[in-house]
Amino acid sequence: MKALDARRGDERVERVRERANWMRRRSLQMIYEAGQGHPGGDLSATDVLAALYFGVLRYDPATPNAPGRDRFVMSKGHCTGALYTALAGAGFFPEAELSTYLQPNSRLNGHPNRTYLPGVETNTGPLGHGLPVAVGIAIAEQIDSAGYRTFVLTGDGELQEGSMWEAAMLAGHRKLSNLTAIIDRNRLQQGARTEDTNALEPLADKWRAFGWEVVGVDGHDHARLLAILDAPTTPRERPLCVIAETIKGYGVSYMQDKAGWHHGVPNAEQYAQALAELAGSEDQA
Amino acid sequence: MSAAAPFAPGLFDCRDAYARTLEALAAEDPRIVAVVNDSVGSSKLGKFRDRFPERLINVGIAEQNMVGVGAGLANGGKIPFVSGAACFLTARALEQIKADVAYSAANVKLCGISSGVAYGELGATHHSIEDLAWLRPMRGLTVIVPSDPWETAEAVKAAAASDQPIFIRISRMPVPELEHRAPFAIGKAEILRDGADVAIIAAGTLVHRALAAAEALAAGGIEARVINMATIAPLDEAAILAAAADCGAIVTAEEHVVRGGLGGAVAEVLATQRPTPMRILGFDGFQPTGSAEWLMERAGLTAAGVAAAARDLVSRKRD
Repeated sequence: MKALDARRGDERVERVRERANWMRRRSLQMIYEAGQGHPGGDLSATDVLAALYFGVLRYDPATPNAPGRDRFVMSKGHCTGALYTALAGAGFFPEAELSTYLQPNSRLNGHPNRTYLPGVETNTGPLGHGLPVAVGIAIAEQIDSAGYRTFVLTGDGELQEGSMWEAAMLAGHRKLSNLTAIIDRNRLQQGARTEDTNALEPLADKWRAFGWEVVGVDGHDHARLLAILDAPTTPRERPLCVIAETIKGYGVSYMQDKAGWHHGVPNAEQYAQALAELAGSEDQA
Repeated sequence: MSAAAPFAPGLFDCRDAYARTLEALAAEDPRIVAVVNDSVGSSKLGKFRDRFPERLINVGIAEQNMVGVGAGLANGGKIPFVSGAACFLTARALEQIKADVAYSAANVKLCGISSGVAYGELGATHHSIEDLAWLRPMRGLTVIVPSDPWETAEAVKAAAASDQPIFIRISRMPVPELEHRAPFAIGKAEILRDGADVAIIAAGTLVHRALAAAEALAAGGIEARVINMATIAPLDEAAILAAAADCGAIVTAEEHVVRGGLGGAVAEVLATQRPTPMRILGFDGFQPTGSAEWLMERAGLTAAGVAAAARDLVSRKRD
């Protein structure tokens, strides 16, 4: 039985790994074709999103507003390359629609819109909004004991917004054990390093002080992400903060850890190189 | 009269109607919850809290979080009434109102308590006389300014029955119960008194003052139409255009600055569709300290002030 579980576990990790690689290639294609986007943050967040949508979240794309669904809130709303590929891969809308990214009147806006795109829980874009909304969802679940889980992915630079700490304080106070906040800790914000701009460290201590359980993880390690994001075997008593140590631009050598790729767009040569590198990592797997 | 003093007989605090109605609705519909920013007392929700303790969510002094939490509660199937002093709710959390509520079309009811200059002596930080200007342009956000306890209760009921984002501006200034002529309907103006010499379009605490102004005008031979424009957005353009056609002169009156509120909304309709002589009554900007009633008198937001503006317009029309 144990061996069977392990094999099933391996299959799940393999599926997440394959989906993450596809998301990287597809989101870069979207950005290359649209001539706009946020590749650095997309690539940074891709593995977390792949783990959630292809390993953890319980949802039915045919009934995207089912009351008992697990919720995912994309607080770093500018990383739509990662979000839209996850939602399309999960079946919320056709994959072919990804080719309309940022085109006039496309449902695939630069920032996600719940009023016309299935699978989006709340409109984000301005930073500092996702965590308060996720806290509200978690409170609704707490009132009803409805049994669903709420996840939110925030940027790290985004934690400079005061509204995030208002929400963090309330989640700790209310012991929202049904809530998981994942921080995409790539240490770069739009223009510079977070620690050179307005330092976040000691980050884990801050969340602990606000009443959260805190765990750090390599944000590109699918097996570890799945293990941490899975429902706990013994119920938690507090909300969980996952500090996902990530690399902005992960998977494309020339983009990695470079602030300039926050919203850079590859030229034809760079795009070909990126695809070749990602295909190479797929072959090695 | 100071805002804290007991009201004279026949005068009411609309917050009481708000709290009473919300409690009654909550007894029938378990989805209704209240979200407050340490404002249980100022929202008069103490009884609601005692009766439904787990449905009163106090986020503390954190308005941005309060509105975001409201949007999240709506996502989780609740009907949140997010209640806080209008000045803080609308100004501090404006981007949350825009992105999380209006743009997201979240089923959140925003209740701006003690709006206008009700906190007179506390000064301009606590006055909420810019809120209509920054909420009115947000497409999809309904903005309601009730005139009395009955209309406050009706607005709260209509808000609970709707699945759309709604802002209700709730005064603590003493107001009488008005004799209404029509059932409350979101987006529908109510003609409280008919006349063809001049139309007075008012909202909130100015409606009873407009009615008193019409009485005074009638004594001098001027018949004024008094329109209660309880919904500022979406605006009842037909009622405005009909008033312009029938009366040829329009006075607007509101407990708000003269830019961007009800007067601005009416002017947008008239300037583009039927240019008509107008007077816009309201505050000219940040107000000094002083009782709410003193501030209203100073700005001419009284029956006499409204009547004087109407007389002026009518005399110019007749010249």
